[in-house]
Amino acid sequence: MSAQERGAVPREAAGAGGPRHPTVGVYLRVAAALVILTVLEVGVFYVPAFHAVLVPTLVVLSAAKFSLVVMFYMHLRDDSKVFTFLFGAPLFLAAVVLVALLLLFLGTLTLRGAAGTG
Amino acid sequence: MTHAAAAPHRTSMGVDSRKMAFWAFIGSECLLFGSLISTYLVYKGKSVVGPYPSQILNIPFTSVSTFDLLMSSLMMVLALAAVRRGDMRWGKIWLLLTALLGLVFLGGQVIEFTEFVHKGLTIGTNLFGCTFFLLTGTHGAHVSVGVLWLLTLWVRALQGKLGPAQAMTVEITGLYWHFVDVVWIVIFTVVYLLQ
Repeated sequence: MSAQERGAVPREAAGAGGPRHPTVGVYLRVAAALVILTVLEVGVFYVPAFHAVLVPTLVVLSAAKFSLVVMFYMHLRDDSKVFTFLFGAPLFLAAVVLVALLLLFLGTLTLRGAAGTG
Repeated sequence: MTHAAAAPHRTSMGVDSRKMAFWAFIGSECLLFGSLISTYLVYKGKSVVGPYPSQILNIPFTSVSTFDLLMSSLMMVLALAAVRRGDMRWGKIWLLLTALLGLVFLGGQVIEFTEFVHKGLTIGTNLFGCTFFLLTGTHGAHVSVGVLWLLTLWVRALQGKLGPAQAMTVEITGLYWHFVDVVWIVIFTVVYLLQ
């Protein structure tokens, strides 16, 4: 089976002269990986032996699924780096806000010292 | 899309202006969902009255919803691939299946919310109810918009107004749909599995 029969699109026919998109075969393999990762996530949740490392395990599995969708289905892997920046910069900012808020509300980071000096 | 048709949408950076604008929009959505997820995590475990997450969340049911949304993303990329190669018969089928899987996800969310309300959890019950319904409800509203968008594309395809020349329109719809999917990937882990 040729690449075109599997769904690969030549660059010149790809619309707007855009980047080459993955083939249908790649899309199916990514879907299979996503299903396997989801089954692992749910499996880890139910297996008591994993409870000690539940948070890091789930974060890694979730990040892997997130990356697969963004890289292959949203085509960021092959697309312009401008799009990677437009997506990555706010995502990084959101992650920083999340960590800062968690540290603040969990009491690790406090503004009390600064307020008390005034 | 022919090169001549694509030219008006080219930016000085050599990328399509519509796609660039849409990625900027998705970036702003990252901040919106980032704030909602932060709020959920900050108030996690701080409810003084029940029901609590461990008493009410149904993991097997939500796992099926997650699988459904992941498969809808697969249908979406298959629709885009079909439209790009001019195979509109399969393009229409994949677009309709994507929308239908989105509707199945929304149906699951309606069932889940109804069950929670019957068990005594509303948006005003406790901090968990407030942050849970706000986060998953906002996501559900995004899925609803996506389903309407997909059905609009499907109708345009039926009318013969969607073809390889409009592949960028399908790609941008796909970007929105996949973003909704990645947000759910995070919500499923943060809300349902990390109890």
